[in-house]
Amino acid sequence: MTTLMTPAIVSTVPGLNAPQPTPLSETKTLTMGKAINEGLRQAMLDDPKVVLLGEDIGALGGVFRVTSDLLAQFGARRVIDTPLAESAIIGTAVGLAYRGYRPVCEIQFDGFIFPGFDQIVSQVAKFHYRTQGAVRMPITIRVPFGGGIGAAEHHSESPEAYFTHTSGLRVIAVSNAQDAYSLIRQAIASDDPVLYFEPKRRYHVKGEVVPELGLPMERAVIVRPGTDVTLLTYGALVATARDAALAAADEGVSIEVIDLRSLSPVDYAVVEASVRKTGRLVVTHEAAQSGGLGGEIIATITERCFSFLESAPVRVTGFDVPYPPAKLESHHLPDLDRILDGVDRVMGRR
Amino acid sequence: MIDFSPQLVQLLAIDGERKPRGDFDPWVEDLDGTALLALYRDMVVVRRIDTEATALQRQGELGLWPPLLGQEAAQVGSARALRHDDFIFPSYRENAVAYCRGVNLTDIVKVWRGNAQSGWDPYAVNMATPAIIIGAQTLHATGWALGAQRDDVDSVAITYFGDGATSQGDVNEAMVFAASFQAPVVFFCQNNQWAISEPVGVQAHRNIADRAPGFGIPSLRIDGNDVIAVMAATRMALDRARTGGGPTFIEAVTYRMGPHTTADDPTRYRDPAELAEWKTRDPVLRLHRLLNSLGQITPEVEAATAALADAAAAELRAGCIGMPDPEPLSVFDHVYATPNATLERQRADYAGYLRSFGTEHDSAEQNRKA
Repeated sequence: MTTLMTPAIVSTVPGLNAPQPTPLSETKTLTMGKAINEGLRQAMLDDPKVVLLGEDIGALGGVFRVTSDLLAQFGARRVIDTPLAESAIIGTAVGLAYRGYRPVCEIQFDGFIFPGFDQIVSQVAKFHYRTQGAVRMPITIRVPFGGGIGAAEHHSESPEAYFTHTSGLRVIAVSNAQDAYSLIRQAIASDDPVLYFEPKRRYHVKGEVVPELGLPMERAVIVRPGTDVTLLTYGALVATARDAALAAADEGVSIEVIDLRSLSPVDYAVVEASVRKTGRLVVTHEAAQSGGLGGEIIATITERCFSFLESAPVRVTGFDVPYPPAKLESHHLPDLDRILDGVDRVMGRR
Repeated sequence: MIDFSPQLVQLLAIDGERKPRGDFDPWVEDLDGTALLALYRDMVVVRRIDTEATALQRQGELGLWPPLLGQEAAQVGSARALRHDDFIFPSYRENAVAYCRGVNLTDIVKVWRGNAQSGWDPYAVNMATPAIIIGAQTLHATGWALGAQRDDVDSVAITYFGDGATSQGDVNEAMVFAASFQAPVVFFCQNNQWAISEPVGVQAHRNIADRAPGFGIPSLRIDGNDVIAVMAATRMALDRARTGGGPTFIEAVTYRMGPHTTADDPTRYRDPAELAEWKTRDPVLRLHRLLNSLGQITPEVEAATAALADAAAAELRAGCIGMPDPEPLSVFDHVYATPNATLERQRADYAGYLRSFGTEHDSAEQNRKA
């Protein structure tokens, strides 16, 4: 399994052929939010065509402070506080990309992305195909996503499946400070548009950050090896899944936890290899079940690994409800116990 | 009573008389008989191309065609005002603009034959390919202009859209952004009076040109069937943008003399008297009258212009009919700029499926016949 955890960086991977930036000089302990900030800073130092657009990203540094101090360092021509119009944030990024820029758009909250949805799915995603490769859309769209922060409506959603269903987009969800740093740099360097989801309840969690690009962003990572059950997730639930694996180990169940990282495309090589070994698959995400990524992954794995499966794969997800009020969100969000319940089901223990 | 509306600017009357105007004339001083004749030739040729494309659709060679009949002056006059380094973000009806930009005639109809989602490389002619989502391209133009501003060049973006598009959020957001950042962009609205079956009154209770000042954008309302006024206004707006003056909005008042597209039937919703009235304001006829009075129209000129138009139509027809169908597996091409394992697997699977019928080429032939 160690080979899956540390494959060599493949030189044909998008973005990694871009000029190698001057790395940060040392390993630092950073919050995930600060790690993204450092990644943005490095990307802007590396390439003068990288510009940031968003609401309140300038003097305030964004409502989550992810763009802190970048206005001071790079000026208003590159850190652009925009009027409050998401469609225009994305649509002007399209025009900037047309002119050779690498725009990074901040959508303030997950639920605010929908006014920009048309420009994302009808324009950003389609331009390269439409023009038979003539026009590239190296646009990164940063989206704080997910719940668990007791927020008002439209501030806790997980809209990733809308975008994984859209051809032409790449979709990333990070779970920790290191990936946050490395993958924002890779996303910006990619010649394809990237939706970059940031689990907002993990913004303040610290981790060691090595100033390196690390594994290609489309690679899934096994964060904890195991032999009985493959537990697949991404974003904020990676931490919960690790806790679940620890708890299950006490009961003699060995869980292999996979951090998907790339939601589109899915790194099926890693998932397939794991399921062939464990014979059991649980997928967990905060997003609603119906039409969600879990269903797609389970369908694909069932097609490819049917004879290896010991039991029917299980989904542990948010319910098919609009995101509930804060006092009810603990019932909606998958937690340690619900994930362990899913593990019990896939193990045939209930 | 306060007058909210800018007056309609007209430099060429319906009867072909040149109407002097001190504020606009300096922008078209160079339009002598020869230059006007060149504009006339453009307008005659694009009308002929438009007619031929409509015929090709009726004959089953094109899936659809959006005619520009009646809008020749608005498109030619503005397109011929541009510099090569200016960038055009059109809707789907600006085929005369594409012609002026030097787009190959076959490439103009490629989209409408269904062979590709765009017919040309935008960077080769500095013109984006047709945008079908109404108004979306106005934001792209504004973003491009922000880029030009950051590059410290004096290139300008121009975006074309119709009266219907002015109801879209994107167009309004584009004007907010353009005003806030003083972006070098020209908003060129062809008010052709109809959004498919909806008259302009459904979109706007006042002149469309009246909206822009509320965004902080200066606005011009011009006779869109007057190629001289169109060129003067566009040059004025381009110059403002080039010299740091920011965006300008132009409402070119014109008329869609044909259907919205070849799939449309305007007899269901339009009074024939209205069309008859607008035919008297025909942009090509009007310029012909002026040229005639200037002694530019001779039998030789008429014959040469007609020959040019016929040659263009013949080139379009031959190019359209001779266009090869795309290869089946090209359906997978260019979805991403970088490799994508999921899509590569689908491509390989489908290639295998096609091979199971024989060669890929044979199966493509079968698909065509089916």
